[in-house]
Amino acid sequence: MGKYVLRRLLQMVPVLIGTTFLIYVMVFALGDPTAGRCGERPCPANYVAKFKADYNLDEPLLVQYALYMGDVLRGDLGTNFFGNSVSEELIARWPTTAKLASIALVFEVVIGVSAGVLAGIRRGRFMDHLVTVSTLFVISIPVFVIGSVLQLVFGVRLGIFPVTATQGTWSQLILPGFVLGSISIAYVSRLTRTSLVENLRADYVRTAKAKGLKPSRAVGVHTLRNSLIPVVTFIGADFGGLLGGAIVTERIFNVNGVGGFLYRSIQQKDGVSVVGTVVCLVVVYLVVNLIVDLFYGVLDPRITHD
Amino acid sequence: MRGRTRAMAAAAFTSIALVATACGGGGTPSTSNSTGGQAGAEITIRGCTPTAPLIPGNTTEVCGGNVIDAMAAKLVHYDPKTAAPTNDIAESIESNDNQNFTVKLKPGYKFHDGTQVKAKNFVDAWNWVAYAPNGQANSYFFAPIAGYGDVQCPDEECKQKPKAEKMSGLKVVDDTTFTIKTTEPVSNLPLRLGYTAFAPLPDSFFADPKAFEDKPIGAGPFQLQSKTTTEIVLTKFADYAGEFKPNVDKVTFRIYTDDAAAYADLVSGQLDFTDHIPTDQLVGEAYKNDLPDRNSITEGGRFTYLTFSPNDPQLKNNVALRKALSRAIDRDLIAKQIFNGTVIPATGWVSPSVDGYKPDTCGESCKFDAAAAKQAFEAAGGYDGTLTMTYNADTAGNKEYSEAVCNSIKNAVGVNCVASPVVDFATYNKKLDDNSLKGLLRTGWQMDYPSIENFLTPIYAKGADSNYSHYDNPEFTKLINQAAAAKTTDAANVLYQQAEALLARDMPTAPLWYPSTVSGWSEKVTDVTVTAFGTLDLIGIKTK
Repeated sequence: MGKYVLRRLLQMVPVLIGTTFLIYVMVFALGDPTAGRCGERPCPANYVAKFKADYNLDEPLLVQYALYMGDVLRGDLGTNFFGNSVSEELIARWPTTAKLASIALVFEVVIGVSAGVLAGIRRGRFMDHLVTVSTLFVISIPVFVIGSVLQLVFGVRLGIFPVTATQGTWSQLILPGFVLGSISIAYVSRLTRTSLVENLRADYVRTAKAKGLKPSRAVGVHTLRNSLIPVVTFIGADFGGLLGGAIVTERIFNVNGVGGFLYRSIQQKDGVSVVGTVVCLVVVYLVVNLIVDLFYGVLDPRITHD
Repeated sequence: MRGRTRAMAAAAFTSIALVATACGGGGTPSTSNSTGGQAGAEITIRGCTPTAPLIPGNTTEVCGGNVIDAMAAKLVHYDPKTAAPTNDIAESIESNDNQNFTVKLKPGYKFHDGTQVKAKNFVDAWNWVAYAPNGQANSYFFAPIAGYGDVQCPDEECKQKPKAEKMSGLKVVDDTTFTIKTTEPVSNLPLRLGYTAFAPLPDSFFADPKAFEDKPIGAGPFQLQSKTTTEIVLTKFADYAGEFKPNVDKVTFRIYTDDAAAYADLVSGQLDFTDHIPTDQLVGEAYKNDLPDRNSITEGGRFTYLTFSPNDPQLKNNVALRKALSRAIDRDLIAKQIFNGTVIPATGWVSPSVDGYKPDTCGESCKFDAAAAKQAFEAAGGYDGTLTMTYNADTAGNKEYSEAVCNSIKNAVGVNCVASPVVDFATYNKKLDDNSLKGLLRTGWQMDYPSIENFLTPIYAKGADSNYSHYDNPEFTKLINQAAAAKTTDAANVLYQQAEALLARDMPTAPLWYPSTVSGWSEKVTDVTVTAFGTLDLIGIKTK
């Protein structure tokens, strides 16, 4: 397995170089970042000159990229166009984003898998229909509507949850976490249900039941574990997405996380921040996927990585 | 199998740890250095992320500007309601010829680091900001001072050093006196000195500008307590010597990326002030139900206007056509329907909030009259082909009002008018600069200091940076030069008003409206004033 992990880690290198280069080119092709920085008027020439010199913008694109990657390899993500260190900006935001994504993940796994199992073992009955209809309902509503409505009802009107999560404490992040996880809850429960229903028909489940195992054990241990492989794949990919893609939720609840930072940086053409953030997100995504692949072996002993 | 599970878990955790180190996870923000323990009135207001280090000479936008403004004392302080200048650090600013000024300082002002505010803190700061290799965005404010040209780079890229490091027009006489010499007479120079770019900088700044960026120091009524990615906290500066002392002890700028989130916090009492009411609340003035008697609409020194492209031969040489098009725009209707009453239809080229404003200079050219416009349009020879109105699409609302302006013209005079987007302001600015666009151009202005002059000289003087209409009228130039040399402000204003009247005659641009700031506040605060700059007056605000 060590070899497998090593091979996967080595594969990450070209992926990382390729993605950063593409992002770098795209971001800096967006146009002159100084042109809109002085309000409704052009910036003074000396300001533009210093800005370009400070950020190597006067070099050819390939040279710029090489200089930038040189810094990244030395562990320096550079200074963004606001004069702040990108690493520090990310340090300040990762914990919040990780908390938010973890809360969303907990909701996803606990509610999603339970609902999926209940629907699966009561196939065709009321519970099954309830889960199908309610998940369809959630999937069809855009996340900003869910977020805004829950914020208005539970935050502003009822006062049960904090309205926004500026400081990013656990209690503030419960509601945003739920909103962020809501759509995935629906997908997880549907995936679990389908996979479970299919496996319940399998021979080994029939055998387990025939040899007198309690239904709870037959379902809980023998069936569910095998049924979780597609679910884990989904959750893994989703977790990577949650870390970087919580843009809408972060905006609604003013969560000071990586998604919001990325969004703001793109809007303000802060190329250095965008590339730095994306580099980190790519690494996270690759690693999460590796972990998911390693997890298959735990769930299904037939899958090995030797 | 158990063993392998653990090995895999260990591998997984190591991987996570690696990512965390690569991206710098696990640390805490280092910029926070809160001291805590402040008693007394505290308020929390909406803030946004500053897009440049907090140096007075480099901050051009409101996010950082509001913070710096609260921390910096200037020579002159603008009245929050009327924008009239009164002396703050300055004891007196005197001149016999509007060209040689003697500035005397009040003794006793201190920076937040405890050092005295001396004349050299002004002179050094201004020289530093104006010196081209320092690349400060506000350097152009110092252009009127003698010797400004010598501290500029001889080449565009600034590869060669300027001739001098200091402007010859600034001289320190003693600790509390310095003199300013300008290249041309500038009658409103004292008024300009209230802008943040003219704030003094402490000696420690010049020793280490980088350290200053992390903890900016001014001589104003508030000092920085902490600065993180989520909030900027200012506390009252006990040693502030001026007369503009705040009523609150602590102001927290809580940073929001979304107006709706700030509004939700305001309505539920978690925030005390916001100057950004989200659009959905503006529709039908819904916010007035949530915030009865706790809202205001203030015109804030901004101006939106239409520039007739100097690159469009049909528009360039036809004043009558330009006037007819201006008359075909129903400003009142657009203000009501597109902006929900948050803009004030313009009747001239100067904002009503500044010294020297004269109402209704535009006359009938700014009054909508479809029939008269059509008649004038045809008499002027009409417009062949499709008229375009170009706007930058990255600012919310530009599309809607550009289309509305076009529709209004189309319906009134029958010319085909199309609103045409440019992807963002950066690209748009570039196109304005190379004069490659035709037709009507969306343009805007935000004043630097509250004077009629600031709405005329930078936009219509020959060769001025923002003269996108390429307006060039010797009569106009003569009037603004005379005004700049006038003995008194009133005499100057009369001349500026005459210059503005020429704009009504020549119509290089068409006034549209004055955008205003719509603000709301919580039940906790009173005496809320939104200044002529569209910002909250932090000195006057009180808690109940």
